[in-house]
Amino acid sequence: MMGRYALVQRSEVSLKSIMLVPLVTFVLALLGSMVLFGFLGAPPLEVLYRLLIDPLASAYNISEVVIKAAPLILIAQGLAIGFRAKVWNIGAEGQLIIGAVAASVIPITFPESQNVLMLPAMMLAGMIAGAAWAGIAAALKTRFNASEIIVTLMLNQIAVQILYFLINGPLKDPMGFSYPQSVSFPPVAMYPLLSDDGMLRANASILVVILLSIAALIYVTRTFSGYTLLVGGLAPSAASYAGFSAKKAVWITLLIGGAAAGLAGVGEISGPIGRLQPSLSPGYGFAAIIVAYLGGLHPVGILLAGTFMAIVYVGADGAIIDVGLPPAAPVIFQGMVLVFYLASFALVQYRIVRVQPEARA
Amino acid sequence: MASAFGGPVSLTFQPIHACRKNKNTTFVASLAYVIEAAPLRVVINNREQHLKTKAGESPLLLQLRNITKRYGTYVANDSVDLALEHGQICAILGENGAGKSTLMKTIYGIQQPDEGEIVWNGEKVAVTSPSVARDLGIGMVFQHFSLFETISVVENISLTVPGSLPDLAEIIRQKADEYGLHVNPDAPVHGLSVGERQRVEIIRCLMQDPKLLILDEPTSVLPPHSVQQLFGTLRKLSERGVAMLYISHKLEEIRDLCHCAVVLRQGRVTGTANPRQATSAELARLMIGQDIPTARHAEAKPSCEPALTVSDLTYENPDPLGESLDSVSMAVRPGEIVGIAGVSGNGQSTLARILSGEIRLQGHMAGRIQVFDHPVGDAPPGTRRQMGVTFVPEERLGRATVPTMSLADNVLLTAHGAGLVRKGLIRRRQQADFADKCISAMDVRSRGRQSIASSLSGGNLQKFVLGREILLKPRILIVSQPTWGIDVGAAAMVRQKLVDLRDTGTAILMISEELEEIFEISDRIHVMYHGRLSPSVQARSVTAEDVGRMMMGEFDQKMRAA
Ligand SMILES: Nc1ncnc2c1ncn2[C@@H]1O[C@H](COP(=O)(O)OP(=O)(O)OP(=O)(O)O)[C@@H](O)[C@H]1O
Ligand SMILES: [Mg+2]
Repeated sequence: MMGRYALVQRSEVSLKSIMLVPLVTFVLALLGSMVLFGFLGAPPLEVLYRLLIDPLASAYNISEVVIKAAPLILIAQGLAIGFRAKVWNIGAEGQLIIGAVAASVIPITFPESQNVLMLPAMMLAGMIAGAAWAGIAAALKTRFNASEIIVTLMLNQIAVQILYFLINGPLKDPMGFSYPQSVSFPPVAMYPLLSDDGMLRANASILVVILLSIAALIYVTRTFSGYTLLVGGLAPSAASYAGFSAKKAVWITLLIGGAAAGLAGVGEISGPIGRLQPSLSPGYGFAAIIVAYLGGLHPVGILLAGTFMAIVYVGADGAIIDVGLPPAAPVIFQGMVLVFYLASFALVQYRIVRVQPEARA
Repeated sequence: MASAFGGPVSLTFQPIHACRKNKNTTFVASLAYVIEAAPLRVVINNREQHLKTKAGESPLLLQLRNITKRYGTYVANDSVDLALEHGQICAILGENGAGKSTLMKTIYGIQQPDEGEIVWNGEKVAVTSPSVARDLGIGMVFQHFSLFETISVVENISLTVPGSLPDLAEIIRQKADEYGLHVNPDAPVHGLSVGERQRVEIIRCLMQDPKLLILDEPTSVLPPHSVQQLFGTLRKLSERGVAMLYISHKLEEIRDLCHCAVVLRQGRVTGTANPRQATSAELARLMIGQDIPTARHAEAKPSCEPALTVSDLTYENPDPLGESLDSVSMAVRPGEIVGIAGVSGNGQSTLARILSGEIRLQGHMAGRIQVFDHPVGDAPPGTRRQMGVTFVPEERLGRATVPTMSLADNVLLTAHGAGLVRKGLIRRRQQADFADKCISAMDVRSRGRQSIASSLSGGNLQKFVLGREILLKPRILIVSQPTWGIDVGAAAMVRQKLVDLRDTGTAILMISEELEEIFEISDRIHVMYHGRLSPSVQARSVTAEDVGRMMMGEFDQKMRAA
């Protein structure tokens, strides 16, 4: 006879075991992909090489890693602030899209402009729009206690539809034949490239991301506002006793998360893409959730985890073409990272106990 | 085959133990049965031990030899020796932070001693986990609660006691009646008051038929008549051979119940006493090395204008298991201490939460609570703090402090307005200074401001919280159970601080279950019963018997009759 099982928190969790979690996750996910992709006929060691070494083996690949790391890290920094406060924004993908759409209106309206303020204006527009999109979830949560998980998740779908509608309508390039895409952006709408080598696409957005990571570090470690959010996450009764408003925490965290995702959207259209088009992100908004947790919800950890994730992204992209992995390979890998992370983290923090023992035999 | 899981948990940061197969075929009998049958019962896995005891080979149930426990460089227990006979109730006395809980956790297998050995029934044993301890026949009631918040009472108990949920629920109900430890087996733990949680802990322990029962301040939140009921139970258990280690700061209780007493100071055994013969004062002297000072308590000179007014406050608790309030009225003036006596669970915690703003009244009810003539019933806690009101809630861990944060970070919780934050940035120096001031003013024994709140001994954390709220120089202080879990010496100090604060013109509202405390320092006394508050009486002109009668609700009848 089976009893009911429950997860029960461990009292003492050593720092060592917490630090081990990302490591164990990496190793298991890599082993898992070697086995899984091995079944598909890819030689396991080749897969390992492709995923981990190849992405760092050439200047071009490194530049690609930088391009992918920027949005992952940026979004994850924003989300982590919410996750520490136990506000679950899983709508970064939609916030990214809305940020990109809003920002794209500027270069699409002024395609010939040479005003150097265009990029800053786009960044601002992207952040405001992303924050506003997340703000819908905050409003529904604080007003009607609607789960922010569900709302942000559904807003992702709505954002995609808005993008499709606009890109086939008002924002479409009239000269673009039947392609649903906008005009190419003028140079002032683009992040400057980091090198003169025309092949390398890495751009200044990574510098913005690093600066914002430092800002996130200061926010969570030095500011009172960051402290109140953390208290709300760690001990809600203490937060309520101290008078730290739970509603305010929902607003702050969702707005920050939305702004970061919106800015990441600008990074895509003003970076590697250079215009508005139906596909803006290979799921950065979701992968960033994994990055945030893998980084221990700490700004420095997130920098490392985001870089790692970007490496695997680039590696898997290459492997799809060269070793014949299925196109879903990167997503499968992310899925494995998430599952192994959750499992190992849960087992570090909790024990499994049986709530209702079997009757005596 | 029964599977058992035991022990302590989440919020309390006591370790959790493995879910192990328990070969003990313990059947769950009502405690009455246990009491009747305990000495004769042969539990399979303990058979040899049990027979041996019966044969009288080993009169000593438990012996500790040379137990030393260190936390880093800090020695919490220093070569402790202790011997306990079957059926003996031994008190462990000591100041806050003396190492009492640490020693108990070692016996119960939550942590391993760095040196020394534990001898059980004449055999050296390694108590590597609480489930090993339980198999030996050791049960423990914790100082901080060890229940899982997310599941119900009966589910919590089913973790350590085999049996189907309906059966267990039935037994819990029986026990609840038998010992006056009233709990609803189906209630989720997160909705229970502190007192109710403690009752669950005690019931759970009693259901496991232990040979040694460790009780770490079990009565700190029990109403007085329940204490007597509990003592009745414990005495019966003792007659049947169950030994007990009993930690309490209430010396009268120890004299009432215990056969022997061991005194710990700074981790060492510094003496033993016969509590039956020693006076409370003598015990206290052994414990703190000096006589207990009683608070100097001159007549209050309150001003006339009340600082805090509650008028005709009625509150229907949306939680059917929660406490409601029924037309409560009172006023607290600057320069006086108003005590609210009464058995906890009669509405005190709801009242405290309404006063602090954790429960907010609807806008039209705002005027029912006034601070210096401003209606604040609907104001958030922050606003009330800005008006000079501070609060000490009864739960020190998890509500008054964030368990996983350092003391330094925990001062920010309520003292952020005292210059600890500028332009949104935390001022680390001021924060550290405040924490240090708080630690030294209240004599908080810890390893400094970087200590994690949950690593402090219970009493020391309580002193820390009190210190934080007092250092904010409140105009109104609302304090619940100020000396809960604090040793006699420190309790006297805390009461003196409250009186001193009163003399600076602060209005103090003190909610306490301890009548002596209420009498020692309050100027006026209210009694709370079933959500109603008695009219106030002058503390100096009323007897304990009067208040005792009021605590049984007698004022209520009079009021209704009138
Ligand atoms: N996990 C821990 N890490 C570090 N220090 C600890 C830990 N647990 C206890 N201590 C320290 O050991 C000392 C003894 O604590 P203990 O809890 O045994 O005291 P106590 O006698 O039970 O006091 P109280 O009467 O206040 O409950 C305290 O100074 C405490 O700060
Ligand atoms: Mg203790």
